[in-house]
Order: sequence, then C-alpha cells, then structure tokens
Amino acid sequence: MDNFVTFFSFQDPNIRYVVFGSVLLASSAAIVGTFIFLKKKALVGDAVAHSVLPGICVAFLIAETKNPFILVLGAFVSGWISLVLLDYIVAKSKIKEDTAIGLILSVFFGLGILMLTIIQHSGMAGQSGLDSFLFGKAAALVGNDLVVFSSISILIMAVVFILFKELRLIAFDTNFAVAIGFPVRSIELVLTTLTVLAVVVGIQAVGVVLMAAMLITPAAAARFWTDKLPVMLLLAAIFGAISGVFGAYISYVAPAMPTGPWIVMVISFIAISSFFFAPTKGIVIKSLLQRRFRMKILEENILKIFFRIGEENKDFKKHIQAKELQKYKHFSEGDLKRGLRRLRRQGFIEKTGSLYQQTIAGNNKGKRVVKLHRLWEVYLMQYLRIAPDHVHEDAESIEHIITPEIEKELEEKLNFPQHDPHQSQIPYQ
Amino acid sequence: MIRQVNDPVLELHDLTVTYNKKPVLWGVDLSLPKGALVGIMGPNGAGKSTLIKAAMGLVPLSSGFVKIFDQELDAVRKKISYVPQRESVDWDFPASVMDVVLMGRYGKVGMFKGLRKADREIAHDCLKKVSMENFAQRQISQLSGGQQQRVFLARALAQEADLYFMDEPFAGVDAATERAIITLLKEMSAQGKTVIVVHHDLQSATRYFDWAVLLNLRLVASGPAEEVITTPLLQETYGGKLTLLSEVGNLMQKEQYPTREN
Ligand SMILES: Nc1ncnc2c1ncn2[C@@H]1O[C@H](COP(=O)(O)OP(=O)(O)O)[C@@H](O)[C@H]1O
Ligand SMILES: [Mg+2]
Repeated sequence: MDNFVTFFSFQDPNIRYVVFGSVLLASSAAIVGTFIFLKKKALVGDAVAHSVLPGICVAFLIAETKNPFILVLGAFVSGWISLVLLDYIVAKSKIKEDTAIGLILSVFFGLGILMLTIIQHSGMAGQSGLDSFLFGKAAALVGNDLVVFSSISILIMAVVFILFKELRLIAFDTNFAVAIGFPVRSIELVLTTLTVLAVVVGIQAVGVVLMAAMLITPAAAARFWTDKLPVMLLLAAIFGAISGVFGAYISYVAPAMPTGPWIVMVISFIAISSFFFAPTKGIVIKSLLQRRFRMKILEENILKIFFRIGEENKDFKKHIQAKELQKYKHFSEGDLKRGLRRLRRQGFIEKTGSLYQQTIAGNNKGKRVVKLHRLWEVYLMQYLRIAPDHVHEDAESIEHIITPEIEKELEEKLNFPQHDPHQSQIPYQ
Repeated sequence: MIRQVNDPVLELHDLTVTYNKKPVLWGVDLSLPKGALVGIMGPNGAGKSTLIKAAMGLVPLSSGFVKIFDQELDAVRKKISYVPQRESVDWDFPASVMDVVLMGRYGKVGMFKGLRKADREIAHDCLKKVSMENFAQRQISQLSGGQQQRVFLARALAQEADLYFMDEPFAGVDAATERAIITLLKEMSAQGKTVIVVHHDLQSATRYFDWAVLLNLRLVASGPAEEVITTPLLQETYGGKLTLLSEVGNLMQKEQYPTREN
C-alpha cells in the first residue's frame, strides 16, 4: 500500500520518467494498432513483433553495449526485412498469407533466441538486460532510452494525426483510394513503418513475445465502446496508457519481475470487461435487453388473453383463474407466475384471493396488442396475399414490435378495417 | 457484333488480364461513346468486375492499354468515379454514412488537407439525391443492402466526375432503390456524363441502357442495346460454348505460361 501511494504520488522523478515513457509507448502502439486491427492484419503485427529480436541481437553484437539508437536501428531493419519477405513470399509463391506469417515469425524468432543464447554465454560486458527485451522491463526506460523511445512514440502519433484521413480510407476501401489516385503503396509503406517503429519502442516495456497484444488488444477493446474512428483511437490510446502505467508500477514494486505479462494482463482485463459490459455491444447489456424484450412479450401476451376473455364474455371486469389463461396460449408455469406478478406490480391487473381481474390500463394495453395483431393479419392478407389461415403465426410475433408510428401508418393504409381475416372485430379506442 | 466508336470516352486496346497467370479477360478491344448509359453483362465469373478494375488501374494488365478521354488514366483520375461491389468493403467499419460520402471528396481535397465546409455541403446534397439525408449520422453497419448501395452512390456523386464505373449497383437492392438509382443514372447520362454499369438482369437491360456490352472471358458484343441484346448474341455469351477458353486458361495457370511472348 505504501508502495502504491509513493508510486502514484509521482514524487520521485524516476517514477515520473518511467510512467511518462510507458504511457507514450503503449498509447502509440495502440494507435497504430487500431489501423492494423481495422485492416484485419493482427497476425502481421505479431510477426513483426517477433521478427525484431534478431535485429536487436545483431545491433548489440556490433555496438557491444545497449545503445538505444543502434538497438532501434537493428530492430527496425530486421522488422522491415521480415515484412518485405512476407510480401515477397505471398506474391511469388503458392504459400497463403497465414502460412507465410507463421513461417516468418518462427524463423526470425528462432534466430533471435539462438543469438540471444549465444550472447548470454559469451560473457560480454553489458549484456545484462538484453533478455528483458523478451518479456519487457518498463523500469529500464530511463536516461537516453527514454528520450529516444519517447521521441519515436511522439513521431508515430504525429504521423497518424497528419495522415488520419488517408489511413482511414485505405483501411475502409483500398481500391477506392487507388481509384482516386492516392499513393496507396506509399501510405501502406508509412503504416508498415509506423508498425515496426511502434513495435521497436514498445518491446522495451512489453517484450517481443507479447508485443502483438499491445498493438491489437486496445483497439479490440475500444471497438466495443464506439462506432466513431476518432473516439476509437482515443479510447485505444487511453486503454494502452492505463496498462502501460500499471506495467511501470509492477516494475517499481517488483524490480525483478518482467513487465510485459502484467501489462498484457491489464489490457486483456480491459478487453474482457468491454466484451461483457460495454453499452449496446457488451454481452451483458445485450442479454439484459433480450430479457427485457422477452418479458414485454410475455406481459403483452397475458394482457391480450385477458382482453380476449373479456371480449368473449362481453365483460372486461370478469374475475379469472390463472388456469383459464392457459386455454388460450400455452405458458410455462414459471413464466405465467412471473408475468402475472410483474403485471400486478405495474398496475395492469389486480388480484383478489386467487382470482385476477384486468384494470382499465391493462385493458387498454391488451386491446392495443389485439388490435395490432388483427391489423397485421389484414395487412399480410391484402398486401402480401398470404392465405388467411397462415397469417396468425406471423402476427403473433410482429404485434409486439410495432411502434406507434407504424401503428398509425397501418391504420391509415388499411383505412381502419372493422374485421380481421377471421371475422373478429378489430378493437379501436 | 462489336461496334467501335469515334472519339470514345473509354478505349480498351487489346486488353488481357490474368490472375496468377490464368487469363480471365482475353484481348478485349472496346470503345464506348460519350454520354452513354452502358450496361456490361455476362454470366458469373465472366470478368465484368475485372474489366472495370482493369480500366481503373486496380489490377495489372498483362497486355494492352487503357485510354480515358483520350488520355492516360493517371492524368484524368479526378474526372472518374468508381463504385465497387458492395461486398468489397467491411460494413462493420467504424464510420457514419457522412464519413463514407465525404470520402468521395478526398480526391478533390488532396492528401494531407482537411475537408472544407463546402465538401460537407456537397456530401449532404449528394445524400439528398439518393434520399438518404436523414441517415447522415447513422452508423454504416445499421444500413440495409439497398441503403448501403445508396451510400456508395452518394459517395460517387460527391466525386463530381464525368465518367462513372459502377459494379453491380442493383445487386441485392429493393425495387424502390433500383428505380431510384436508374432514374438518377438516366439523369446523369442526360447531363452528358458517361455511366458504365455492371448489370445482372437481362430483362431490364434494354429499358435501362442505351449501349450494351456482352462479356464472357472475351468481348462478345458491344453496341446499341437493342442491337446487342439479341438471342444469338446472348446464347454466345451465356451458352456453355466457352469451356475451351477456360480450359486453356486453367492449363496456362498450371504451367505458369506467359500470356505474351516477349
Ligand atoms: N483476386 C483474384 N485472384 C484470383 N482470381 C480472381 C480474382 N478476382 C477474380 N478472379 C477470378 O477471375 C474471374 C473473373 O472474375 P470477376 O471479374 O469478378 O467476374 P464477374 O464480375 O464477371 O463475376 C473469376 O473466375 C474469378 O474467380
Ligand atoms: Mg463481379
């Protein structure tokens, strides 16, 4: 707890640097990743992320220290080579893209691990910390590293901002972009470069193994919350930043712990929560809405039967046993009980002893559903020429979703018919 | 019957297109008159979409060349508009109807520049022309097939072009949308714009188009619609006589055979 307070008060300048860096790295990766996600190229992101490792090792072998410039350069070059090779394989051979991605990823990553092992056994000075590129170490984000990596992150965001319109177009409709004469190959080249750069700077905090999650997951989570691309970019950046800060925190309380897995845990948690709880698209809301709709149908069906019983007995105040309702339509025991209880609570029916009676409000509601049912039957028969004995089933479901506007349109279009196809009277107010 | 025209708006000269060495269009020589409403017809897989894509430079040519307004394609892109097949994009993309229609202005606005107020007004007018102005802020995933097609059409109108290529604008749309679209296309053609449409339904072809192109891996016919839409030519296009051509195509793919000796 003490740690927590010390960390989040940001008093210690070192903490401030690490947090600042982590936020920048994670959000720039999330922003580039959003376009990769929308272009459905998530696997490509994974391949690049793994493919930068040999470049890092070569850069280290050449410079013999962890010079950030040279490491970035090395990572950039090998990430780039992997993508060029990928394009080449897909264009020139019969190998499909997913296979080619798997091929590139495993060959480059294998090579990288091999070189990493060699370096570790060579006893070279300053090798320590190189393996933090595998699973990330946010705390290493200080001094020169911080300056270099943060500058690259800011550059990435600036380029996305300037090219927003163009990137959006090629993500939605590449052919159209070509057709209007945009230099699509160049724009895609820029996006590829940004991807490699985002990976190169991101691996400092997340590591090559899990870097792809940092590109794609924030976008996937953000997609649940919005249908607007600018908002989606902003949300992805925020989600990325939150996980980045958390990674920095872990690095602070447990310096020996790799940060990548923790960062990815946080972003995955955000994604899963979005999946469940996001408004309109989250599955919790969706199932709540569905339940509410089922309840509405149940209630309306019961009120409809109250109305029909009243209609047949010419007495809408008649007291009715719950059992009688079952004669008109089958309800399960539980549904019937639940429906009656809800209707009582809402004041549409009343109960005396074991007998039920509809209220005036309940009668009106039931009357409307019956009217809609019968109107819809007339509509189906007159406009769709469906046989009278086939219209009932359709009307049974449509009666619950007709809005007052459609109701009005129906009445006017059919000119307030008196009877439905089965000669039942259509009840108007 | 292949009628060539003087001063054509579009000229395809000896055009051959291959996918992975398999030719799907063989030596097409086609010229189309200015201001015509042209229907391109042929069975599934005949290469209709490919023909349009080749004309727009979206697929590489194995041989031949394209001239539009008697110029190279790149010189006249701003005067051409393209409506791809509706299924060619992901309608779940996070964008509103307005966002998509505004894409029609990107070519005029150019790279790096933002959209201006005028662009928004033009986009709005175009939405009005396809009766979609009330849907401007609607998320595109919530549109019906016919509405999606109208949005694509509005985007094309926003390009303010002189030549329009449309790939199956009537596919999967309701009768009301089809009527609205054809009325609009006829208006455009009356204003001197050339509209080239890939079409499926032969019944309506003579009513809709004044020029017809029949295609099945090769150019079967091109000319005034009443002269082209005749039983023998349709038989030639839709009949099963072209198995030989596609067999040779498959063979070329298998052998990775070059289309042209050079
Ligand atoms: N990208 C592609 N790669 C390989 N083959 C393709 C591609 N696009 C189309 N084809 C093939 O080319 C032929 C012509 O396709 P297309 O032009 O789409 O026909 P149409 O639009 O007339 O139905 C078809 O056999 C199709 O399978
Ligand atoms: Mg097609």
